[in-house]
Amino acid sequence: MCPTSEPGGTAAVDHGPYADLDATDPAHWAFGTGFADPLAGIDPELPEGLDRTGHAALCLLLGDDALVYSHRLSEWCSRAPDLEDDVALGNIALDLLGQARLLLARAAVVDPTVVPAMPVGSPVPAEDALAFFRDAPAYHSSRTAALANGDFGHTVLRLFLWSTVRLAVLQRLVDHPDPVLAAIAAKGVKELTYHRDWSGRWVVTLAQGTEESRGRMVAAFDALAAARVELLGRYPDAGVEAEDVLDQLLDAAELRRPEEGADAGLADDLPDLLAELQSVARAHPMGRW
Amino acid sequence: MRAYDVAAAVVDPELPMLTLADLGVLRSVEEREGRVDVAITPTYSGCPALSAMRDDLVRRLGEEGYDDVRVRVELDPPWSSDLITDRGRTALAEHGISPPGPAPASSGGPVPLTLEPTRLDVRCPRCGAVAERTSEFGPTPCTSLFRCPECREPFEHVKEL
Repeated sequence: MCPTSEPGGTAAVDHGPYADLDATDPAHWAFGTGFADPLAGIDPELPEGLDRTGHAALCLLLGDDALVYSHRLSEWCSRAPDLEDDVALGNIALDLLGQARLLLARAAVVDPTVVPAMPVGSPVPAEDALAFFRDAPAYHSSRTAALANGDFGHTVLRLFLWSTVRLAVLQRLVDHPDPVLAAIAAKGVKELTYHRDWSGRWVVTLAQGTEESRGRMVAAFDALAAARVELLGRYPDAGVEAEDVLDQLLDAAELRRPEEGADAGLADDLPDLLAELQSVARAHPMGRW
Repeated sequence: MRAYDVAAAVVDPELPMLTLADLGVLRSVEEREGRVDVAITPTYSGCPALSAMRDDLVRRLGEEGYDDVRVRVELDPPWSSDLITDRGRTALAEHGISPPGPAPASSGGPVPLTLEPTRLDVRCPRCGAVAERTSEFGPTPCTSLFRCPECREPFEHVKEL
């Protein structure tokens, strides 16, 4: 497909509606080069009666989990079983990264003392200071989110369990007195519905597939039994709904309800993940990205 | 030109056949004492086009003589594909991108789990045949991929959100 190239000359490509895009603007070459505050212009005030420390902790609990899990999912880029699912995992990671940016930025506004101190004159914004300059013990993410990737079956099951709980949690926050958190939650509910349903369909497909794929799905349920316990323990209000949704999945996949696991058995893979996530930013604390 | 008209004509960097107004992400443009305040909303939380939109708004308004421009993000209410205007839907279809159907209604209760492959009545923007989905996720956060069984063309469909 070579539209109108002349022999020896340069190709005159018809860019159609894309012709007017300004190629001299760096923002058009690499989206996201302008890391402006994702909450720019949003009212920083909190409604009366909300405890700043506790509310910032809630924003970090949700934001850290999204950031850490987004990073894990992004490790699938170029490695998924086919291109469609590579794109799906990349898109899901991007949605979660967006949620994380909003939540970390909100936490920093609500309680600036949660933001790590940066060298004087550092241009690193608060959301980046929170993401890149906190050590593992200061993170509020789940171990489930940080777990090293297993096979594709493990990946879609973890995504299903995690997004089922998060969807139920965010849905309970759409009426939160903090209008910013409520808006972030409302947006997240729509995105997580796509993530949960996509991963659920894959669980059913693999469970109902070959002997090999079904075996892998059963193994994934065993491997993630402790993850289920952890997620329900972190968000007890979401438990009934999450377990009901899991039952629907098990029914469709014709799988038995897995044994309960203890969350003491969950590996702590966060330090390794952060080493990868943070190394470049930490090498350049005065960097402008 | 009025500041609103300038801002409304800025196009989406990923779907440049759509203006920001037609995509439904331009919330308001207020001119006050030489200063212009623009409010935009992201389609998806992580949409990387948002910062490009912001830069384009500042640049285009600057070219029309508006030097003091502030662009703020407005999250509430969240964007829905229902906000794409009729003119925007026509522009999408003319450029081979299938416009979204009605967004799923919220019941207020728990979001129902959908494990069946959803049967969407998505039609090929070229020949009108009912098309099949090849991928739920596409090259941008707001699109999925379809293929037409008649004319065999693949195309993007803007997701219902």
